[in-house]
Amino acid sequence: MHLAYPVVLAALLFSVGVYGVLARRNAVLVLMSVELMLNAVNLNLVAFDAWLRDSLHAGQALTLFTITVAAAEIGLGLAIVLLLFRARGTADIDRATALGDPAETLPVEEAPNGAEALKGQNAA
Amino acid sequence: MTAAATLLAATGSLEPAARSFLSPTGQEIVFLLVGIAVLGSAVVAVTTRQLVHAALWLVVALGGLAVEFLLLTAEFIAWVQVLIYLGSVVVLVLFGLMLTKAPIGRSPDADSKNRWVALVVALASAGTLVTLVVDAFRTSWIDLGQGGGSASVTGASLFRHWVLPFEALSVLLLAALVGAIVLSRGSGRRVPAPRAGRVRAGRPVGSNGTVAATAPRTAPGGDAPGAGTPGAAAREGAAPPASAASEES
Repeated sequence: MHLAYPVVLAALLFSVGVYGVLARRNAVLVLMSVELMLNAVNLNLVAFDAWLRDSLHAGQALTLFTITVAAAEIGLGLAIVLLLFRARGTADIDRATALGDPAETLPVEEAPNGAEALKGQNAA
Repeated sequence: MTAAATLLAATGSLEPAARSFLSPTGQEIVFLLVGIAVLGSAVVAVTTRQLVHAALWLVVALGGLAVEFLLLTAEFIAWVQVLIYLGSVVVLVLFGLMLTKAPIGRSPDADSKNRWVALVVALASAGTLVTLVVDAFRTSWIDLGQGGGSASVTGASLFRHWVLPFEALSVLLLAALVGAIVLSRGSGRRVPAPRAGRVRAGRPVGSNGTVAATAPRTAPGGDAPGAGTPGAAAREGAAPPASAASEES
């Protein structure tokens, strides 16, 4: 098999992943595109391992490591996305522009409402 | 000696292109067809506006990549790909989509406003990479067939030469899972103290609730026949004479 076939496929797949990372707004879809890019790297590793006939099988071992790291990455990434969704109410990465935790401003926002409600009750 | 052998094996496949791209082998044809399917499903996965469909198209792309790994004689990696990517990663992605309340059906704001910039960047990187790679590896040929990617070969190389990275990776995976658990437990900003016992019990131990919960359970227990100890002892004391009387009669 020509080496050009898997390598070109990996390059195209990587570019598709780049498009997905740059163009998507939902954070989970961005993570999916990152998975596509990692898979392009895996295909390169396997193809070059088969081409070089490495006696250590470095390419395949590194592919297994990459798959494991990708699993860890998607777990942590989804935990962070869920935390973002719980804090901001959206998983849209274009709207996650403010640094800092909005939770610290929540009591400040709620306190006037409670005070007004108390005033209303006292007036009634 | 072994280094020279590996170097020879590495450069042995660099022979001039006796094989033409115009007369592909069967493996190349299958690789090309599966590659087209992988690429098409990947493009649909990053462009569709239905979010759950995107995850399902990702399944197609990753499964096709497992087939490509099989064609490159890396069968163990192919099954690991099926197990981990199709089995866990896509399920995690679907969980993430569901838990962030992704809209079922078309969502018009799935793509951001810089979609055209992203398209330009992706096309530029694709053009550059494909041009470079084709120019570099046009004459390279993979001798498939006797290459080892089976479970025994992979396991031998993994546990003979790659033990330390393997163990370090297991520690990394453990750290990542512990981190994910810590992140998804919540930051606890309302209740600053650790609240493991308080959430389970619902209210502090010793308040009215626990007393009210235990008090009626003991009160009818004494009145119920057989539950309270004096009643049971009385019946046990009364039972043997009754049986003895029936045996005598």
